[in-house]
Amino acid sequence: MIDSRGPRFGAAITTVVLAIVLATQSGWLLFAQTLVFAVGAIAGLRYAPYGLIYRNLVQPRLGPPAKTEAEAPPRFSQGVGMVFAGVGSLGFALGVPLVGLIFAAFALIAAFLNAVFDYCLGCQMYLIIQRFRTAA
Amino acid sequence: MTGVIVLIVALLVAVAAGLVLKARSGKVQSFDRTDHGDSPGISTSVNVITGDDLGEPLGERATLVQFSTEFCAFCPQTRVLLTGLSAEHPGVKFVEVDAAENMDLTRRFKVFSTPTVLVVRPGGDIAARSSGKQQKAEMSQALQSVLDDAGHGARW
Repeated sequence: MIDSRGPRFGAAITTVVLAIVLATQSGWLLFAQTLVFAVGAIAGLRYAPYGLIYRNLVQPRLGPPAKTEAEAPPRFSQGVGMVFAGVGSLGFALGVPLVGLIFAAFALIAAFLNAVFDYCLGCQMYLIIQRFRTAA
Repeated sequence: MTGVIVLIVALLVAVAAGLVLKARSGKVQSFDRTDHGDSPGISTSVNVITGDDLGEPLGERATLVQFSTEFCAFCPQTRVLLTGLSAEHPGVKFVEVDAAENMDLTRRFKVFSTPTVLVVRPGGDIAARSSGKQQKAEMSQALQSVLDDAGHGARW
């Protein structure tokens, strides 16, 4: 179980990073964010860079969590973020910046919904993906 | 410049989507009793869920069905809420369905997000439905109206 505030803090930083990606059209920054997503999804939220910032700098000031949650949903959503940011990075790298911007924008919408509305769009993607996979 | 425009559009979409989702989350939609008579074909109905569908008998007075997935943020707390309600009311059963593992039910009942909760009358007729973060007051009320209705069962 993890502190519920951790993923939301991470989502807030992600929102800011992706906003900078869009405003500056920086493929490299989007690639860096892809790596951040990848660490959380593959190694686990314990190693997620924004989670480390949260645990070391923010949580000590906030005190113990009022609410905890399972790691699997936010970790899965980091994986969804990784795919979107990865495709966007590829778009920038291959000289199709519009693809980069559109995929970064989708990732930003998901991060914003998580940070501001406590809604995990990445988590909901799981059932949508399953529906597509079994549609045939 | 294109990037700034995309950023502004994305933020507007995110705010609008967030407000819509927040307004819908936990909102209970109620349905009138459907008269399915003695029709044997009811098991494929979108208004009726049977014991066969769930793999176990329905509750005597009501059944609370929760569609969940492994990666669902509000499923655990909804499970706690509904388990509590079923414990408080004798004859009320709680059944959790893995939406990804039971795609036939997921499609039949058009479940696109989790948790989705169905409040089911004793005969399998669906009385109410709600998705997202559940509030105890709203869920209690939806359940109570099924229990009250069942109390006047003679009418039916």
